Amino acid sequence: MSVLVYTESLKGKFKKNAFEVASYAHKVAQDLGTSVTAVTFNANDDASLGNYGVSKVLKIANDKLETFNAKAYADALAQAAQAEGAKVIILSSSADSKFLAPILTTKLNAGYVPNVVAAPDSTSPFVVKRTAFSNKGFAHTEISADIKVIGLSSNAFGVVENGGSATVDNFSPSLSEGDFAVKSVEVDRVVGKATIADADIVVSGGRGLKGPENWGMIEELAEVLGAATACSKPVSDLGWRPHGEHVGQTGKPVASNLYIAIGISGAIQHLAGVSASKTKVVINNDPEAPFFKAADYGIVGDAFEVVPKLIEKLKEFKAQNA
Amino acid sequence: MKILVCISNVPDTTSKINFTEGDTKFDTNGVQFVINPNDEFGLTRAMWFKEKQGAAVHVVTVGGAQTEPTIRKALAIGADEAIRVNAEPTDGFFVAKQLAEVVKNGGYDLVIAGRESIDYNGGMVPGMLATLLDMNFVNTCIGLEIDGNNATAMREIDGGKEKISTTLPLVIGGQKGLVQESDLRIPNMRGIMMARQKALNVVEPVDAPQPTQDQKFEKPAPKGAVKLVDADNVGELVNLLHNEAKVI
Repeated sequence: MSVLVYTESLKGKFKKNAFEVASYAHKVAQDLGTSVTAVTFNANDDASLGNYGVSKVLKIANDKLETFNAKAYADALAQAAQAEGAKVIILSSSADSKFLAPILTTKLNAGYVPNVVAAPDSTSPFVVKRTAFSNKGFAHTEISADIKVIGLSSNAFGVVENGGSATVDNFSPSLSEGDFAVKSVEVDRVVGKATIADADIVVSGGRGLKGPENWGMIEELAEVLGAATACSKPVSDLGWRPHGEHVGQTGKPVASNLYIAIGISGAIQHLAGVSASKTKVVINNDPEAPFFKAADYGIVGDAFEVVPKLIEKLKEFKAQNA
Repeated sequence: MKILVCISNVPDTTSKINFTEGDTKFDTNGVQFVINPNDEFGLTRAMWFKEKQGAAVHVVTVGGAQTEPTIRKALAIGADEAIRVNAEPTDGFFVAKQLAEVVKNGGYDLVIAGRESIDYNGGMVPGMLATLLDMNFVNTCIGLEIDGNNATAMREIDGGKEKISTTLPLVIGGQKGLVQESDLRIPNMRGIMMARQKALNVVEPVDAPQPTQDQKFEKPAPKGAVKLVDADNVGELVNLLHNEAKVI
């Protein structure tokens, strides 16, 4: 009857979202009067999940699952859910979780709601609040199926430490050849740099920067802040920056603590995609730019003058607070 | 090769979003509807398969009669035939069940859907459809090549991309990258005229459960006014981000 949570890891190390989904699962389990069971795949420090409210870990150690495979992972999670009799399953909003969620949901005849931003409104009936219309609205959605699958929005619930401890049991799902009919040939992942999906801070540049040769200061600002870099749609359409950096309604969503928009006017599609960020800063030389209406802080000024000064001030700040 | 492109009829990306009937329904008043952008990238890639590899391309939508202009646009862009399942798409699993029926009856080798619709953002229909039919599935697909029965796909992952090899029959959840923005086609007059002659078959829905129900909608709380910092006093921004917003 426990609440099951899929805690993602990369090369053995838990991702930040693993602790957030575990924290959320703990809240749901409290509401339901039950406990949390986490499923891990080739993770190193399984017991550490106890600190985030997990009571039991089903540890899967299997070389064939070293690289993420949506169907095989979904199959393993479905078997874990059945073994635990889980009625609620919590996933993140990562590309991997969103890939496997509909497979898992269909296998279990469950109901799935993604992009959930808060603890359930109620657990009977089971109603959750989620974003809709690309962050231009919210929906309160009831899941009437017996088994509920929830995709938690990134950075919406937060990480909650509670000093608990978890037991670790080995779990060996039986996987078929069909689970591996979609094969990973090569993974090309940027290493040593924050990604838009789980960065606390995202620094984003727009057409106001005039050309790809001017991205040095954006990269430098991001480096000082430990931030991920992003860009507006026109910038990716022009080929100034890779498509993977495009944020907005048709690009990647951003839900960081701090989003800094530089030389981005703030088209409605862009604002929709970044509105889940908690604090938004805009730097633009046009005081009429729509982004000023959506931002918390703004500087009207030439990015080529303001950004280098900001980098300098941040370096001073870091030196003082190191 | 027989391709089915799944099309969602969605509000234009510039639409203002409002709710009606006691905040239980999306207010379509004054809203322009378009082909879901993620689906349009897929449709355009399907046109490439049609022109270079001789594929037949059908399009399908689940929706009422009001969605027909959107599906006619897909025909004007170059799809050969259209199917409309005459039902309101109120739940992702329900829609997947309707599409599964269409795929079964049509014998498609490749189903191209968008990774998500930009209205309800469920992102679940392609994966559910693939699972219902036991077809292979690649989500957030940003590149697709088909050679005989073999498919090579690129998938966008958090912080990079992944090259994938699989076989038909295949369902993909596509997005920008399948083709570029500049590859998208605006229907020309000839296409629009020809679309009028093409078949648009309306089929009735099959019974299917709706495991989720949207009960109420709300708009984000209005935003407070922006706090402006003078361009000559950038240090103040650092101060505010540290002491007030507490984000650095």
